[in-house]
Amino acid sequence: MSELTSLSLAAARDGLAKKDFSAVELADAHLLAIEKARVLNAYVLETPERALAMAKASDARIHAGKAGALEGIPLAVKDMFCTEGVRTTACSKILENFVPTYDSTVTSHLWRDGAVLLGKTNNDEFAMGSANETSYLGPVTSPWRRKGSNVAITPGGSSGGSAAAVAAHLCLGATGTDTGGSIRQPAAFTGTVGIKPTYGRVSRWGIVAFASSLDQAGPFARTVRDCAILTRSMAGHDPKDTTCIDMPVPDYELAVGKSIKGLRIGIPKEYRLDGMSAEIEKIWEQGREWLKAAGAELVEVSLPHTKYALPAYYIVAPAEASSNLARYDGVRYGLRVPGRDITEMYEKTRADGFGAEVRRRIMIGTYVLSAGYYDAYYLRAQQVRTLIKQDFEACFKAGVHAMLTPATPSAAFGVGEKGKADPVEMYLNDVFTVTVNMAGLPGIAVPAGLDSQGLPLGLQLIGRPFDEETLFSAAHVIEKAAGHFTAKAWW
Amino acid sequence: MSVDAATVRRIAHLARIAVAEGEVEHLKDEINAMLAFVEQLQEVDVTGVEPMTSVTPMAMKKRHDVVNDGDNAEAVLSNAPATEEHYFLVPKVIE
Repeated sequence: MSELTSLSLAAARDGLAKKDFSAVELADAHLLAIEKARVLNAYVLETPERALAMAKASDARIHAGKAGALEGIPLAVKDMFCTEGVRTTACSKILENFVPTYDSTVTSHLWRDGAVLLGKTNNDEFAMGSANETSYLGPVTSPWRRKGSNVAITPGGSSGGSAAAVAAHLCLGATGTDTGGSIRQPAAFTGTVGIKPTYGRVSRWGIVAFASSLDQAGPFARTVRDCAILTRSMAGHDPKDTTCIDMPVPDYELAVGKSIKGLRIGIPKEYRLDGMSAEIEKIWEQGREWLKAAGAELVEVSLPHTKYALPAYYIVAPAEASSNLARYDGVRYGLRVPGRDITEMYEKTRADGFGAEVRRRIMIGTYVLSAGYYDAYYLRAQQVRTLIKQDFEACFKAGVHAMLTPATPSAAFGVGEKGKADPVEMYLNDVFTVTVNMAGLPGIAVPAGLDSQGLPLGLQLIGRPFDEETLFSAAHVIEKAAGHFTAKAWW
Repeated sequence: MSVDAATVRRIAHLARIAVAEGEVEHLKDEINAMLAFVEQLQEVDVTGVEPMTSVTPMAMKKRHDVVNDGDNAEAVLSNAPATEEHYFLVPKVIE
């Protein structure tokens, strides 16, 4: 790790402004680190030429006194975001050769503010997975290892490449998408900070759609402050996404370091699962103590429909996915496998182009939306979703400002260790995060410690709609108390 | 509820995904495992509960009904597997 790759995003920003180093030097240091870390498979496409051209342009703007908020900051972009002229695959065979002719709104915001694209990061195919193992471009290996072991550990998923790239210092920050926990779970698994903003805070335009009523983009970074800086750039109104809210974007960085004295933090009793590991229970308790010491008031709250969030999610998400993924038909873009007639062409293209997990979810989605089953499954799941949201609303109405929960039910597991026999085993990873997507709320995962095997554990803070600022303030309190966790380089 | 092999074939066809005969049994088991998992939703009392249609309380924005994009056929077709002039090519649909 060089001096330049060990900087936080905020420190790099300040160093660039003071001309301690150039954007080209900063990009170079990261490109070199990426090259040396290919064994992690965090990047599915490196864009060194573009990175250096963008960095050069940044240096010119810095010298001209026209630097943007992210001027010269090298970032990684999850391969779910369309990037103009840069291959975007969603890590699926069906989009293996797709080169968008436009940028997503999020990435265009990043370039508007002067950020530099280092490359595209790996993810589960169409963001469907919790271990980055469904990627057509292969799994990602976490920079973290268990103490005294060289077994490959998963960085989590679906944004596994982004999380691993941030944790391994292969970028200063990265974008992710979160439909059921795909930012927060990998952040927790890799000792990084990740936030899923409120539904509607960030435009979904130009992001490969998975489940439109749940998908939301957010950043990964190594500090809460860096996450706040990135969220400000990514967020904002976009007329091209009708669900994107027309509301000013606060300067989230100002919330970092703000006192949380008098804040009421809810501790949802339903998140205390039977058979939960003692280490998770301990880190949660530790988090409560840190917040209390900083002046927050802790109150036990009840979210009675918590246990139904995951089953409802596994109806709503596949249903929306089956509809969104209908566009991959071998006609307008992507893979085409010839057939005797058009129907056979569709069927062969989709059978060959989608991986097993994606095919399974499309089929489940098709079934729950089909005639005769719609009411029993989809309608009921959407009713349960209303109840889940009402649980949160009742707590917020009673004066709770945010909630503290574990981010995941365990630390990261080995690559290939879970979900082989029963897909539900893998799905249970999202038990603490999925409620937040179902209710459209903001949630942040922040590193809180290491388990006995030396792997990171994270805590989650859940906020009121559009109150990301409280999450940044409270997460910073945890960060200050817990410290930072860096994987020892072995690659 | 659970699905049988015939239903798996029907769903696969509705989803336009070719399924080999040898895959049906395995897919049936996987789909049934999922359906068993979501079965617990049946115990929730949803009487009188509005199904969620929008997670954030906002009215859907509408834009003016005017042409604001277009005239970029090259870009639209640039990723198509088969094109001719400015058209997508598909296998013959009507006999």
